[in-house]
Amino acid sequence: MSAIDETFQSLRQADRKAFIPFVTAGDPDLEFTADILPRLADAGAAICEVGIPYSDPIADGPVIQASYTRALDRKIKLNEIIDMLARATPRTSCPVVTMVSYAIVHRYGARQFVADVKSAGVAGAIVPDLLVDEAEEFKQICDAADFSLIQLVSPATPRDRAVRIAANSSGFLYYVSVMGITGERRELPPQLLEDVSWLRSRAQLPVCIGFGISTAEHVRQLAPVADGLIVGSAIVRRVEALADRPREECLGQLSDYVREMVAAFG
Amino acid sequence: MSFPVNVPDAAGRFGSFGGRYVPETLSQALSQLDEEYRRAQADPNFQRKYESLLKTYVGRPSPLYFASRLTEQAGGAQIYLKREDLNHTGSHKINNTLGQALLTRRMGKQRVIAETGAGQHGVATATACARFGFECVVYMGEEDIRRQQPNVFNMKLLGAEVRSVSSGSRTLRDAINEAMRDWMASVDNTHYIIGSVVGPHPFPMMVRDFQSVIGRETISYCQDQLGKLPDCVVACVGGGSNAAGMFAPFVEHNLENNTGVRLFGVEAGGRSQQPGDHAAPLSFGSPGVLHGSFSYVMQNEDGQTEDVHSVSAGLDYPGVGPEHSYWKDAGHVTYTQCQDGAALAAFGTLAAAEGILPALESSHAVAKGMELAAGMSREETLIICLSGRGDKDAAEIARLRSESKGQ
Repeated sequence: MSAIDETFQSLRQADRKAFIPFVTAGDPDLEFTADILPRLADAGAAICEVGIPYSDPIADGPVIQASYTRALDRKIKLNEIIDMLARATPRTSCPVVTMVSYAIVHRYGARQFVADVKSAGVAGAIVPDLLVDEAEEFKQICDAADFSLIQLVSPATPRDRAVRIAANSSGFLYYVSVMGITGERRELPPQLLEDVSWLRSRAQLPVCIGFGISTAEHVRQLAPVADGLIVGSAIVRRVEALADRPREECLGQLSDYVREMVAAFG
Repeated sequence: MSFPVNVPDAAGRFGSFGGRYVPETLSQALSQLDEEYRRAQADPNFQRKYESLLKTYVGRPSPLYFASRLTEQAGGAQIYLKREDLNHTGSHKINNTLGQALLTRRMGKQRVIAETGAGQHGVATATACARFGFECVVYMGEEDIRRQQPNVFNMKLLGAEVRSVSSGSRTLRDAINEAMRDWMASVDNTHYIIGSVVGPHPFPMMVRDFQSVIGRETISYCQDQLGKLPDCVVACVGGGSNAAGMFAPFVEHNLENNTGVRLFGVEAGGRSQQPGDHAAPLSFGSPGVLHGSFSYVMQNEDGQTEDVHSVSAGLDYPGVGPEHSYWKDAGHVTYTQCQDGAALAAFGTLAAAEGILPALESSHAVAKGMELAAGMSREETLIICLSGRGDKDAAEIARLRSESKGQ
């Protein structure tokens, strides 16, 4: 059983849901990322998702794209990110997963990537550009290392395919709430609640919803049908806005935001 | 290692290259496109409509022109030019956009998006959309908008909206990223007419098929008029659509009949062989994932796409179509490169010798073609794919010339 499985098991026993914040590694710098992860966990995050900056992120909206560009402009290297994670994960009281393009995984070597991030304390990966059809080999590598491969289902995914994706995922299933790229949305599609309920009734794994979520109202609306909610752009935007403020103020404000969102689960 | 003749396979693999590396949101649309394309291929009515458009709207077949004065200057093989520059809209790009526009109509979609580098694909897409009554949005890097102004104006005249892309290197690569992002949100009613043999399956196969009219016409002209196949064929390679269209029928012919026509793909050698100074992944890159497929690419050791450079916007791209990677490793095609200076010189040479202004992209093939011809005998023939005309480049060339005079 992986760290993520254990997290969801204890959440279920307590009848609670997972709040999963996303931060970009190295934005504004690696020390900040190392410091924010324990604070997010302390504020109530069930899992932290760390985005590994990529030069051509086609699934990402302007906010996350810009954070990747800022990090890469500072010449941040993958081995520095892995070292940072190795420092941060022992101090972080919840599992950490990475969001990483397959372009990066392939270049690094899939087996080596899984081995190195796992020994840095990372529990799993979301590889947004690796379809279930292309993932067979990588899935085997992840399984052998007891490393969760969190796959995505979108509103465009036919139901039989969604069931197949669920069967090939581990940790949790990432349900993309909207057609399109990451980024905050005022309103979420009405069909969403029904689709996630259906998937949750069929999948063995916990189902978490991501893309577009930013407000406590979204949390109240979606919490009943999901096992967890993922918030990215709303956090990355706050990091950007607060980057020039004293570190402690920035860390504190982000913790407050996470507490507010976690409280909205009720 | 053995190399299958019929590529790609059902998963879009050319040997180990190709595939489909995209977000799940696009997966269904790509599968539908693949199915629809296969149905269209088997539908004589679709083929008839496509061929009729090529004949009456594009003006095909394009001529194979004997360039006698260029031949004399090169001093070797007889040089022929495959005149894709004479197509409607001035390049080979229209062969693909009309095919995909017919598919768009079959799929019942009303909106089309595209990316463009040099603007040739943008103009060809805007043209096809006007012809079929589709809404058209073209993504173009800010830097390319600057250096290809005439095409930007043409796209607007044809009713397309040109969206400037200011992220990253502000060139073709970033335009593809933005088009993909648009498509993620609009895939229900929008078709993405990708302009080269790049991207996720089925695009590399489909674009190659629509462009392969270039190679088929060339082979039949040579057999009918010259009584023999050429000895050598040269085409420029950015994403590689004109080269794929020219080479695919020759690769097949070579394999089936053991004919040994030598095929040369010419990448953008830019300023130098230093990383960042060229756009030649087949020459200097290594296999990796970019824009939905596995192919040779310019990446750093972390898998981040590297900046590239070419004087020609249409070749200024860090990746290349997966079938070219396959052909390279299988030895079916030889890939080489030509630097900015040689391409600019070839532009001038062809203009003066033959009264033809070639696109800067095609000028790379002209330069390498003349070099190769010089090393061949007068009994041999060499064909250069003149993929587009150079009117769009005139202002940029004038600027570059005055810059170099000023130094």
